[in-house]
Amino acid sequence: MLTSPFVRKPASVQQVMFTVLVALLPAVGLYVWQFGPGIVVNLAIASIAAIAGEAFVLWLRKKPVLTYVSDLSAVVTAWLIALAFPTIIPAWILVLATLLAIVAVKHLYGGLGQNPFNPAMAAYCLMIVAYPSAMSQWPAAGWMDLSTHLHLIAGGSLDAVTGATPLDALRTGLRGDTPVATVLTGEAFGTAGGRGWEWIGLGYIVGGALLLWRRVITWHLPTAFLVALVVISGLFWLGDSARFASPLFHLASGGTLLAAFFIVTDPVSGATTPRGKLLFAAGIAIIAYLIRNFGAYPDGIAFAVLLMNLCVPLIDMKTQPPVFGHKGQ
Amino acid sequence: MIAGLFKFHGGIKPDTHKNESANAPIRRALLPERLIVPLRQSARTTARCIVETGQKVLKGERIGAPDEALGTAVHAPTSGTVLGIELHTMAHASGLGTRCVVIEPDGEDRWIERHAFDADKATRDEKLAWLRECGVVGLGGATFPSHIKVGRGTGIDTLILNGAECEPWITCDDRLMRERAESILAGAVILRDLVGATRIIVGVEDNKPEAIAALGQARDGVDADITVTAIPALYPAGGEKQLIRVLTGIEIPHGKLGGDFGVQCFNVGTAHAVHRAFAFGEPLISRVVTLTGNVRTPGNVEALIGTPIAELLEQAQPGKDTNRVLLGGPMMGFELPGGDVPLAKGTNCVIACSPTLFPPPPPEVNCIRCGACAQACPADLQPFELYWFSRARNFGKAQEYHLFDCIECGCCAYVCPSHIRLVDYYRFSKSEIWAREREKAASDAARDRFEFRNERQEREKREKAERLAAKAAATKAKLAEDAAKSAEASAAPSDKPASADDAKRALIAAALERAKQQKAQVEAKNTEDLGPAQAAQVAEADARRQADVAATPGGTAEPPTDSQNEAPENH
Repeated sequence: MLTSPFVRKPASVQQVMFTVLVALLPAVGLYVWQFGPGIVVNLAIASIAAIAGEAFVLWLRKKPVLTYVSDLSAVVTAWLIALAFPTIIPAWILVLATLLAIVAVKHLYGGLGQNPFNPAMAAYCLMIVAYPSAMSQWPAAGWMDLSTHLHLIAGGSLDAVTGATPLDALRTGLRGDTPVATVLTGEAFGTAGGRGWEWIGLGYIVGGALLLWRRVITWHLPTAFLVALVVISGLFWLGDSARFASPLFHLASGGTLLAAFFIVTDPVSGATTPRGKLLFAAGIAIIAYLIRNFGAYPDGIAFAVLLMNLCVPLIDMKTQPPVFGHKGQ
Repeated sequence: MIAGLFKFHGGIKPDTHKNESANAPIRRALLPERLIVPLRQSARTTARCIVETGQKVLKGERIGAPDEALGTAVHAPTSGTVLGIELHTMAHASGLGTRCVVIEPDGEDRWIERHAFDADKATRDEKLAWLRECGVVGLGGATFPSHIKVGRGTGIDTLILNGAECEPWITCDDRLMRERAESILAGAVILRDLVGATRIIVGVEDNKPEAIAALGQARDGVDADITVTAIPALYPAGGEKQLIRVLTGIEIPHGKLGGDFGVQCFNVGTAHAVHRAFAFGEPLISRVVTLTGNVRTPGNVEALIGTPIAELLEQAQPGKDTNRVLLGGPMMGFELPGGDVPLAKGTNCVIACSPTLFPPPPPEVNCIRCGACAQACPADLQPFELYWFSRARNFGKAQEYHLFDCIECGCCAYVCPSHIRLVDYYRFSKSEIWAREREKAASDAARDRFEFRNERQEREKREKAERLAAKAAATKAKLAEDAAKSAEASAAPSDKPASADDAKRALIAAALERAKQQKAQVEAKNTEDLGPAQAAQVAEADARRQADVAATPGGTAEPPTDSQNEAPENH
């Protein structure tokens, strides 16, 4: 005998994940426009690895394989990995990272909805620790044709095509005591952030707007993340604009916008209460900024996300909203 | 008009499916072959049956008398013959049985003599007694007795009439408001006087413009402060606490009643029943009920309480692929627990389900903590947290996260993309907690009893010891005194004083004497006061025993031992 409610909204995890994939498409399109079709190859490789890994573990765990594979959550993880990793990363690293994300970070903790860490970011951290040089080989701005891309991801080397990322360039420049203004005139930089990357960032904003409109995410996480980043980078910039880049640069560089709308918004590993979301996202922004400027890695968002993932249970517990009739107590 | 409306958090907008049944006027349901009138008609109480099998009853005649404070009278819905008093499954999610009076209608539908209640001369207590006598309970579903709900008659300024009817499919209140608005408002005025309020607000969801218009028109003919307010159609706006919040901004926490905050809320159907009771002396024996879903002729019928629901639904011609029947709405209703379940005062809707209208629930997958449930929850809870705690049987934590503030409206389960039957988890946790509390109360009581018993035994022992000690001391003192006296009397020449030895010896002598007496008492047979024949028998038995003793080698009079039991191996 069934119990109430007897009706439900036509919503599903698959629908949620599909919306996220659709929301990533504008950025993917701009990525192709700026850097060539290589990213599509990477997305495909990561997706296949993710689906295969997920299906295998589900089979091992005697879970309904089709039900869970078709929820598309593994594909979302795969796409986030492909977009966060350097485009010309050797394919085997991409596959390894994806399998680690799905098998170790997601399924060893219990699968869908059970992982305390963001799988894509955990994979990113593991890879940057294990393969620091491969993880910092970014293509120079500009179109790269398919054959060059395939050659590179198959393990071929071609020094001419790689270039420093804006954050790398900034860090290297500042180590040599070059003022920020001078560094920013380098060829890696565009109007606001990294050349080419600014456009992709715009794509993420469009996708984020779609997620907000479809109510897949709430305003709390992206807003708190971006505002906190602007505030902390603004404080340092105002304090010493020769050494520190402007808030606009930080917004437009590295993984900031991808993180704002697609990484910190991961519901599974993030805070869930309204106030908790604000704290969680602001914490990520602050830690990421500190790592960017004072840490050993060019972009610290992945580490910041993992660190804040650790704090989620405490944040959620301490930020429970007042319930109906108990407000103001 | 009131200043403006307030909002409650969350809420959902499911397909309303109101048009199917809202457009046809209320029909009178056919008289069933048998009426099964439950004696349990108000929350938590069952009326005492006052009719016998074979007895003829008239329409409106009392068949159940209220006993407890929450009890209300139960009446025969039509004239006929009592066939029996039987257990039947009641219209309740539990599927439990209750005592019902089965009546075979005679088809005449003949009323008992009835007359309007003279409210002008009656005191407040008499009016409340009349409501109770007429069996008036809340028709919104909870069937709480109205004579209790009106409260003490002080401290309440606003009477709210609930015409929101936010559940999908249900339209019985909508039709009632459209067709009997005057009666509803007249009942509201009676209720207003009983609760001691000064103003009346009728809250109706804005998807019922005809009902709002009808009430507006009726209001013009009533000399009272009545506001008819259209509220946004957002489930569960018709939940009592949500409606009060929307209309007044007051949030009533779990465990508190509207009366504590100066508001009281009644369903429009209840107001209508109150008016019928006062103006016509009609007890509550019928109600408007929506028949809808997978039926050919959906609509609303005025049906007698006790009509078998299956028979009622037949009148709307349910489709052949009907696979289940729901009572109440699809958000908070329940599945019809059996075939002969009768219509109760709280049954507002009967929905025939088909696999197309109500597809089977998709399989549950893991919670992804997306928070859609928290955004939909009208009680501002974090439903997914409650789900995790319930799953883990962490009931303490679930209570800490306000499990009992959950009104089980189903919004969370409605929106869940993982199709988790969240409300089931809360029901499970709540009943586990209740069961544990009952268990704890029982074990606490047992422990109290045990401790009290121990204490009592200790005390008795102590008191006995004290008593004995006191007695011994008294005896000792007395004997010492006696000894001293006798020594004084006998030993005048001898100057040897009565020694302690003498006292002790006297004590021993006295004790021996007592022991002798006791022995004589113990040995005394209960053979005093016997008739001569019995005395002869006793003498004979004594003689026989003496002879036995003489014949037994050991010379003892012990009874023969049960050697069979001692040596079972030998068999």
